[in-house]
Amino acid sequence: MTGMPATSLGTGKALAATPPAGHYDFSRKYWLFVLPAVVIILAVIVFPWLFTFFMATQEWQVTGATSFVGLANFYTLFQDTRFLESIGHTFYFTILGVALPVFFGTLAALVFHREFPFRGLLRTIFVMPMMATPVAVSLVWTMMFHPQLGVLNYLLSLVGIPPQAWTYDPATAIPTLVLVEVWFWTPLVMLIVLGGLAGLPKEPYESALIDGASDWQMFRHITLPLLWPFIMIALVIRTIDALKVFDTIVVITQGGPGTASETLNYFLYLQAFQFYKIGYASAVVVIFFVIIVALSLLLLYARQKSKWDA
Amino acid sequence: MPHVLRKLLKKLGFYLSVAVLVSPALLVFLWMLSLSLKNELDNTAYPPVFIPSPPTFANYIQVFAQNNFGLYLWNSILVTGGAVLIGLLVGVPAGYGIARGKSAKFAVLILIARMTPALSYLIPLFILFQIVGLVGTKTGLMITHLVITIPIIVWIMIGYFENVPIELEDAALVDGCSPWQSFRYIAFPLARPGITVGGILAFIFSWNNFIFSVVLGGKASRTLPSAVYNSLTFEQISWGPLAAAALLVTLPVLLLTVVAQREIVAGLSAGGLKDG
Repeated sequence: MTGMPATSLGTGKALAATPPAGHYDFSRKYWLFVLPAVVIILAVIVFPWLFTFFMATQEWQVTGATSFVGLANFYTLFQDTRFLESIGHTFYFTILGVALPVFFGTLAALVFHREFPFRGLLRTIFVMPMMATPVAVSLVWTMMFHPQLGVLNYLLSLVGIPPQAWTYDPATAIPTLVLVEVWFWTPLVMLIVLGGLAGLPKEPYESALIDGASDWQMFRHITLPLLWPFIMIALVIRTIDALKVFDTIVVITQGGPGTASETLNYFLYLQAFQFYKIGYASAVVVIFFVIIVALSLLLLYARQKSKWDA
Repeated sequence: MPHVLRKLLKKLGFYLSVAVLVSPALLVFLWMLSLSLKNELDNTAYPPVFIPSPPTFANYIQVFAQNNFGLYLWNSILVTGGAVLIGLLVGVPAGYGIARGKSAKFAVLILIARMTPALSYLIPLFILFQIVGLVGTKTGLMITHLVITIPIIVWIMIGYFENVPIELEDAALVDGCSPWQSFRYIAFPLARPGITVGGILAFIFSWNNFIFSVVLGGKASRTLPSAVYNSLTFEQISWGPLAAAALLVTLPVLLLTVVAQREIVAGLSAGGLKDG
């Protein structure tokens, strides 16, 4: 569940290609290098997947005994309003938690692509939120959101905005969590898009300048189309991560007030490790996994299509 | 003159946008620092006190004196250190094998691993660990942290090994090198920057991880993030010491970010990632 270079999404073809003729072909011997990693990945990643699919069809007791219940877990799940609401919360959070960081991150990349004094230092400060320990910073956010003593309401009062309830009101709980998400993950989008900007060719701009194009025209018709594949990578990664949001919710709202900010991942956590409904939780994992894979494939398809059109 | 004025306004607007971009990060971290250096009276004052006067280190002293902070710090170092070390030992050769053997299937496997929520590994591993007695142990935690470190290191290394010119190795192999020797003496030294980048990123995301420790960590084996979280829920702790503890937890990764800024930007702009 950790990351991978965005470029690797695009190197599938390179990986699959056969080595050019003339090279000493010894690819058969390379499995030995991969073997230790494969063994560990099988044990800690693939085994759990298979086990989850098995558990999803079981009723699990705290004693460890299980009994086969077929699809009953799924049937109960789709009648569980708390589960259905958590899906709604997850999509609400994800749409905002993807769109805003991608928008601001792209803008930030355009800014940091230019030369200016102290750029390195300022970029480091800008990148820091995504490196900081989410739990630790979320604790500070919790203090800042305090309706009476929090520093945010004080800062708002300075510019004449009335105090907000932040995470204490069901209506603003999710938007407030989105604000924290934007703070944490805009830098990631910035870095991906910055990587794209660094590789842009110079020629199109030179000819556009000769043709008398304005800054906006150059951005709209050259920069944006060339950056699109990178923005799509950021979109895919952000979507996967926003769907899985957990740390900030546990620390800041615990799914509250009530269940107003309970997302799929938090619902799953409660079922599995607070209520110990292991079989039921495994069914949630299966559905969760289907949603993530479906959305990722959809976005990767859109990315591929945007490439063909370009 | 209007032309000069417009240029000046443009420049001003640009610096303003830089300020707007950087200030949220700056404000939160500075506020964290400010909370940790003030006494309780100032921390709950309204309007808020921004600059601690005089600054006090009492909060930091309290963190170390009362909360077993030293133990949790040691747990974090062992779990993250072990997971990064094993991740490198296993992940660097794997990255090489994938890059040279062109095994796209394994690459896709790791891509899928990136998409799966952590909790989906945790349910089966929790049951398995209960059977073999690893729940609440540092060894168990370290094994789960491999889920974070191995994929990240493998992915970064694939990219770096693909950039090592294959002609060098071809020549060596024709001269009778074994694949291991060609890896050890040619590819490995040339891809060394990738090992730094992969190691640093794996360290950061393993250090920051919360969910594994919250589920599998025991009272004596949990790592810093879940230890700080538990002090929030189980003890009536005030803002100052909590902010001090939070700052201490995230300080190693922030320092690493500053020191290894160049490597991190190289690793991340070549690829986006985080744990989850």
